[in-house]
Amino acid sequence: MQHQLTINNLHAGVNGEEILTGVDLTIRSGEIHAMMGPNGSGKSTLANTLMGHPSYKVTSGAVTFDGQDLIELEADERAKMGLFLAFQYPMAIPGVTMANFLRLAVSSVRNNGTSDSTTTSLIPMREFRQELRQKMKKLGIDEAFARRYLNDGFSGGEKKRAEILQLAMLEPKIAILDETDSGLDIDAVRIVGESVNQLIGSDLGVLVITHYPRLLSYIKPDHVHIILGGRVVESGGWELAEQLEAEGYDAIREKYKEVDLDTKEQYTNTVPANV
Amino acid sequence: MAINKAQPDIGNYKYGFSDDIKPVYKSQKGLSEKVIHQLSDIKNEPDWMRQYRLEAYQIFKDKPDLDWGGDLSQLDYDDIYYYVKASDREERSWDDVPDDIKNTFDRLGIPEAEQKFLSGVGAQYDSEVVYHSIEEELDKIGVIFMSTDQALQEHPDLFREYFGTVIPSADNKFAALNSAVWSGGSFIYVPPGVKVSYPLQAYFRINTENMGQFERTLIIADEGAEVHYVEGCTAPIYTSESLHSAVVEIICKPKSRVRYTTIQNWANNIYNLVTKRAMAHEDATMEWVDGNLGSKLTMKYPSVYMVGERAHGEILSIAFASQGQHQDAGGKVVHLAPNTTSKITSKSISKDGGRATYRGLLKVGSGAANCKSNVVCDALILDSESQSDTYPYIEIDEQDVTIEHEARVSKIGEEQLFYLMSRGISEEDASTMIVNGFIEPLVKELPMEYAVEMNRLIQLQMEGSVG
Repeated sequence: MQHQLTINNLHAGVNGEEILTGVDLTIRSGEIHAMMGPNGSGKSTLANTLMGHPSYKVTSGAVTFDGQDLIELEADERAKMGLFLAFQYPMAIPGVTMANFLRLAVSSVRNNGTSDSTTTSLIPMREFRQELRQKMKKLGIDEAFARRYLNDGFSGGEKKRAEILQLAMLEPKIAILDETDSGLDIDAVRIVGESVNQLIGSDLGVLVITHYPRLLSYIKPDHVHIILGGRVVESGGWELAEQLEAEGYDAIREKYKEVDLDTKEQYTNTVPANV
Repeated sequence: MAINKAQPDIGNYKYGFSDDIKPVYKSQKGLSEKVIHQLSDIKNEPDWMRQYRLEAYQIFKDKPDLDWGGDLSQLDYDDIYYYVKASDREERSWDDVPDDIKNTFDRLGIPEAEQKFLSGVGAQYDSEVVYHSIEEELDKIGVIFMSTDQALQEHPDLFREYFGTVIPSADNKFAALNSAVWSGGSFIYVPPGVKVSYPLQAYFRINTENMGQFERTLIIADEGAEVHYVEGCTAPIYTSESLHSAVVEIICKPKSRVRYTTIQNWANNIYNLVTKRAMAHEDATMEWVDGNLGSKLTMKYPSVYMVGERAHGEILSIAFASQGQHQDAGGKVVHLAPNTTSKITSKSISKDGGRATYRGLLKVGSGAANCKSNVVCDALILDSESQSDTYPYIEIDEQDVTIEHEARVSKIGEEQLFYLMSRGISEEDASTMIVNGFIEPLVKELPMEYAVEMNRLIQLQMEGSVG
């Protein structure tokens, strides 16, 4: 089955500041896209806006999933449609085990049709355990991991593993990987890269958002986009990534000077968090 | 002397009892010496207990009202039955039981017979069968587990040795009240070296007497003994009597270990004012696990007095205050011997205008050198109408101590909610999940079936709380 996430002239921001200034992008099942850009270009804002973070407001433009509008939907509804975001900094939920959390998440996503009852009916424990064990084994994750409290006291690498495990269990149609800072953590890069490759079949559509070209040596994208000043300024194939690796962001900045000036101004004046 | 059965002559009553004629006792409101005499007569108590009660009543009358704590202004002492015989209890019609109580029963899967009992529709719940088989096993290892009334009759010396030694009548106004009119409760004695391998539960023996307003529980763990007692149940208890004032005394002899678990879910019309205290001797450990979900007002501060070296006291307290509720709870740890350790963990949640208060005392007496104590109070406030307060009292009279105290207040974080929702979990389920995670340290310590019920109750409480 083919799925499609379409982003059309998307304008969005936080605290009244516009950060996305007209993003156009389409991701289909089976495609691997990479979104690259310097600090302050809007990468994390894009990720959070697509997933429906309450602080980010869309001011104009459209986002559709298989033709259905996403902007009016809450985060949980978007997840049920088949969208997934692997966070850069996953939140800790003390006292809640990975296993219990996953069971509720998977049950919620698969229960999509039964919205009549007030209580979500959970997947039978045995069935769930079997599936969880199987997937953890495939990803090389120790079974004891499931008994730990969600992201509580996890190292950077463990948080990455937890995100990938969720991706494996939830089986989304389109996955966004926010890897903006991961280039500095060799372990994280490798974990994400290897696992995602394992999970990418002909079905999953992927958007990897990153600052560092290094990650892309693990996940080879078919399409590379460069984001600057809150919009996509250039798109191409793998060669674009190689060019960035060789020249850094200066060349691109120079080429799109006006767009870049907008970014610089915003960045120095307001310094929004996690742009 | 003739006793008129239609209208009991109170003046002759106490002499009449020793005859073979069964006296007719009519339940009446209000407290007086007469009521106490009647009570003691019906129970056929030894004189010393009658005197004890009368003295306690005097103390109760003399003690001033509390000038701290929850709002007791609506409590009318004269409008309360202080003793009601089981057979006199009015049978309530099932139709009169509030809908939310019935709803909770259904959601917890409580069997019909129990439902009727817990809501006062039936006078007696027959759990005798369960109780008797446990009784036989305990008998073999020398453990005494019976109602406090029975223990006074069957083990008078043991009873008298310990009764009132941990909480004297003069301790506070409500301890005095309880000492005057106590009825029901559990008496447990565990012989030296005996470790009871499964929790003893009040629920085994449930009947109207045990759900009484003025329970008195006395637990004695002899040297090296171990026992876990579970009081209460998660199902809501609905009675028309609005004052519940219990007293629990626990003696932990050297090297013994006692855990006392309570999950209280009284209906929202009830004042629940309780004094609970344990004496921990050398190398003994006392653990209080205290869950407060119901009642209109609960005032309860389980305490551990560490009177022997190397004693250890722990209090794990959870309070959930919803609309119209005030949970004023916490704990007291008093170090009176060197090398003692204690830990208080308090978690409170308030929602829909409820008020959760932590009130705690950490006291180290002079001479109690090298003590360590750790106190953590965490409060979760779920909306802007609700309230949380913290009153920690710390009194240290010794130089060589290590004290840690932490107090935190939080609400459900937007980022946490968003994270869970981004995985397909609804906002309501996500909030419930976060709250469950918050109280996990306590739920982990509960016997399995209580943990399951506790989670279900939290879910119920959280339903409809998300606008």
